[in-house]
Amino acid sequence: MSLVFDANRWWPAPLLPREDGRDWALLFVVAALSFLASLAAMGALAGERAAVGWRTELVGSATVVVRAQGTDTPDEAAARAAEVVAGVKGVAEAKALDAAKADALIAPWIGGGALPPDLPTPRLIAVELDRKAPASAADLKRALQAAGIDADVDDHTRWSAQIMRAGAAIETSAAALFLLILGVLGAVVAFATRQGLAARRDVVEALHLAGATDGYIARLFQARFARSAAQAGLVGALLAVIGAAAVKTLLAGDEQLTALLPIAWRDLAAPAPFPILGALVAAVTARVTAMSVLAGRP
Amino acid sequence: MSRKPNARPADPLDPSSPEAVVRFDGVSMRYGRDAEVLKDITFELPRGSFHFLTGPSGSGKSTLLKLIYLAEQASRGRIEIFGRDLALLKRADRPLMRRRIGVVFQEFRLLDHLTVFDNAALAPRIAGRKPAAYRGDVADLLAWVGLGDRMHAMPPALSGGEKQRLAIARAVINRPDILLADEPTGNVDEAMALRILRLFTELNRVGATVLIASHDSDLVVRSGMPVLNLHEGRLAQAPGFNPELDG
Repeated sequence: MSLVFDANRWWPAPLLPREDGRDWALLFVVAALSFLASLAAMGALAGERAAVGWRTELVGSATVVVRAQGTDTPDEAAARAAEVVAGVKGVAEAKALDAAKADALIAPWIGGGALPPDLPTPRLIAVELDRKAPASAADLKRALQAAGIDADVDDHTRWSAQIMRAGAAIETSAAALFLLILGVLGAVVAFATRQGLAARRDVVEALHLAGATDGYIARLFQARFARSAAQAGLVGALLAVIGAAAVKTLLAGDEQLTALLPIAWRDLAAPAPFPILGALVAAVTARVTAMSVLAGRP
Repeated sequence: MSRKPNARPADPLDPSSPEAVVRFDGVSMRYGRDAEVLKDITFELPRGSFHFLTGPSGSGKSTLLKLIYLAEQASRGRIEIFGRDLALLKRADRPLMRRRIGVVFQEFRLLDHLTVFDNAALAPRIAGRKPAAYRGDVADLLAWVGLGDRMHAMPPALSGGEKQRLAIARAVINRPDILLADEPTGNVDEAMALRILRLFTELNRVGATVLIASHDSDLVVRSGMPVLNLHEGRLAQAPGFNPELDG
């Protein structure tokens, strides 16, 4: 390499020292924040999917409890009720559970095999509703009453509402966590900008005296922190994606756990905008902070 | 360059010049609650003039220069630079005014992470000029101040005299209307001091108004230029100032 300086090939060097951009503590914090934000986003998507799945299961079915009346045996009453319910518009299938299954359902409360054989225990009818236009609990109740059958209908609305509330709570929590993380990122960058301006007071002063505007100096810090946030944010997001992919792969054979946390492959793309968003937040925060600090200097 | 050369040296203590680029009127300056560093200073520097600012250490020379290059604000009195009252100058206008003022600091204030070339190119770069438009000028100027073979060196590797010359190159690269220097010959030998003085004289000849703070009495006498003398924060005409010759 020649040591002769060629002015024609010269290009301006960065005005802020390069080593200032390698603030490992700041990079680590930003990467960690990006990692957490990515997990929150992917978790929210999976949580929402789980809630929707559970609700779909619940709203797609209903349970009818039939009590025998008059001369009907419980089995006869159940069979008749299943026939009536099956004829209601919006019902795909209605099936009376046999006595053994009905007894098994109440066994936890009164004990197995303790029932006298002639005790008129209620019978259950499992109803599968038409997913596109499901019959309502009122429709089923009306049809059963019209047929003179004493029955209660549970279309799981109560559970469904609770699940939807839980799903909404997950989404709200994720959004709040995301905003909190953005706030923390802003605070960290504001602190780092103040530190940078104090540590490089000599550079800032030299630039000011050479005729640099506050905006010109603020832009230097803005660009530096935006670049750092983008780089660290990308690392954090990638680590979160790798972690989520590993969890999905590990859960692949377990239906119960998969139902609890149904991560889809497309969820792994959710953190993609985070490095850009982090860079934007860092840029705006650094600029506002720098302009405010510089306004207090001569 | 079409600026008027130093054709009319004037008595700086006579505030009557219509072409004054620097005008102080009853200016005092104190830092915080300390005693006044400058007391009731009144003078003006006509366009294209060349003055030395002398006085013992602590007499307020550096503070007076700081007021001119807008690094400090006066506690009392009125300062006009290029005809504009600094008290009324908007913050957004200060950078534009600073670009017309070149300053050579006593302690150089070079940016150690930038090469000699980058340091010298600072002012045109900040002014928003394209590199291709000024890199030739920077190279020529560095060669002129004897740093042609040190363009890629970093300031910590330079000698005191080289740093001084680089500080001067950085201050004059944009051909400022006012050139201020605080003890510019304090770190160099006599030969270099004369060379630097010649450089300032050249710049003055092409139109720059020059004010040099110095306590190098030999240099001041040898230059034959008018003197502003500060003593305990007050401005007095120097014994060497000759109104007939200079005014």
